[in-house]
Amino acid sequence: MEALPPDLIDAILLSLKVSLTATILSLPAGVLAAYALARWRFPGRQILNGLVHLPLILPPVVTGYLLLLAFGTRGPIGGFLEAQFGLTLAFRWTGAALAAAIMAFPLLVRAIRLSIEAVDPKLEEAAATLGASRVWVFATVTLPLILPGILAGTILAFAKAMGEFGATITFVSNIPGETQTIPTAIYALLQVPGREGAASTLVLISIAIAMAALLLSEAVSRRVAARIGGREAPA
Amino acid sequence: MSLDLAITHRFPGFSLEAAFTAPNGVTALFGRSGSGKTTIANAIAGLLRPDAGRIAVEDTVLLDTAAGQHIAPHRRRIGYVFQEARLFPHLSVRRNLLYGRWFSGGGGSAGTRDDLARITDLLGLNALLDRAPGALSGGERQRVALGRALLARPRMLVMDEPLAALDEERKAEILPYLERLRDEAAVPILFVSHNLAEVARLATTLVVLDAGRVTTAGPLIDILADPDAVPALGIRDAGSVLTGRVITHHADGLSEIEVAAGRLLLPHVAAVPGAHLRIRIAAQDVILAREEPTALSALNILPARVTSVRPGNGPGVMVRLDAAGDSLLARITKRSAERLALAPGVSCYAIAKAVSVAPMDIGQS
Repeated sequence: MEALPPDLIDAILLSLKVSLTATILSLPAGVLAAYALARWRFPGRQILNGLVHLPLILPPVVTGYLLLLAFGTRGPIGGFLEAQFGLTLAFRWTGAALAAAIMAFPLLVRAIRLSIEAVDPKLEEAAATLGASRVWVFATVTLPLILPGILAGTILAFAKAMGEFGATITFVSNIPGETQTIPTAIYALLQVPGREGAASTLVLISIAIAMAALLLSEAVSRRVAARIGGREAPA
Repeated sequence: MSLDLAITHRFPGFSLEAAFTAPNGVTALFGRSGSGKTTIANAIAGLLRPDAGRIAVEDTVLLDTAAGQHIAPHRRRIGYVFQEARLFPHLSVRRNLLYGRWFSGGGGSAGTRDDLARITDLLGLNALLDRAPGALSGGERQRVALGRALLARPRMLVMDEPLAALDEERKAEILPYLERLRDEAAVPILFVSHNLAEVARLATTLVVLDAGRVTTAGPLIDILADPDAVPALGIRDAGSVLTGRVITHHADGLSEIEVAAGRLLLPHVAAVPGAHLRIRIAAQDVILAREEPTALSALNILPARVTSVRPGNGPGVMVRLDAAGDSLLARITKRSAERLALAPGVSCYAIAKAVSVAPMDIGQS
């Protein structure tokens, strides 16, 4: 097998970096949003629900454009971030991570929310009567029980982030080595005569990564589920 | 140690307005489903915030709406045993047992190990410690839940229908543990139940709740022997409780028990000679005779004196008897009472078939 061209390696590594960053950084917010939607009753709950799910329904190009308006260097948030922290998002890999995180967020929240709704609040009440404060109830009862949901959501979000195209290309364009991820690289390669082979290689690699993620999530969630609901006691 | 409670709470279509005091020992909160028992239990544990009222365990005020005081559930130290055990499915039995221990500030100390050993002995949990809750039977689960509540060092134990989800066999398996707990653990217990047989076995004090109001409260033995309390308890379940002592076990499977008025023969009782028992005899199982019967299949005949005859709504009357200081209730027809000319002061004999007393009706005291 011949060595991969450097532009393909760049795209693959960048995709992994962008997706991992997006998934890991959005996880705490995802758990919080899922918990709020599943358990709390507050004014604006429906609005939060709508906002979380909006990227799932909007055309990705619209999401990307909105990101550009808000987080571009002259946008209200982007300008602030650049002036205060020197953090530039537009046309940078950080912006690609933000776009991937936003696009994957609904999937992350949905999976976690479903698993929180499956936790019997009566168990949490029982923990409270045994002396656990709200934070401890969450850490010792709720969190271990929703771990399969969190894992499933994380892997789903990672896979979504790996495949994100529309919002990414609109917000951060398609700059090799900076914002060119696997999907945008495939798109670019298909525009160039004679590079269909390279495009096919990337296609195969993205299939392999997606399959690996799916198998991993299956294996992990099966192990966790066996530990929680199974007949064997944890060691 | 005692519980003082006076609360009012309104749900759509239901209002609770209850007040009672539960002294040391086991207090049964008895009532039909929907009478507000669980609401009271939840209010004590802090899982429900009543509209108004005050709840105190000895000197600790848990709730006082007038003073704006409401202690959070996790600071109340009320051991709550729920109808469904509510064990944590991701933790082993041992970790379930020790869950509350950690918060009551006794993590891995030697005292904790001693207490764990004591509680597992008391509840027969030694063989279960490394199992997962999913692998336990209903009765085992309930025993673990009980141990878990006790190990959290509660000021008070609240048990909400802990036996209701169990079949008769499992109930019979767990009741002796509850009796031991009552006698050995120095924790006051509020036992919520709609089953008079359970209540009669365990409780010292009885609080009867009906449609959100306390209708009767006082010592269990007195209330069970009070014909006026019968309508609140349910006429079919009415029956008085006698206390006795095991004399011997006979080869034919009967146990001989001494009560104040004489001796009873009952189906084998699992208790050593000398053990003290409480025996509930259902009012509808008691037959009355003016003269001592002979050539009768029933084995138990106690001399007694009528203290009151209370007519019911139907064809029956409730006769209260004094048998050498113990109270007995007999439910017979008005016609029989008239034929025998039963009236306060009349001497008679109370007759009970040995087999009419079920194992469930006999407990250690």
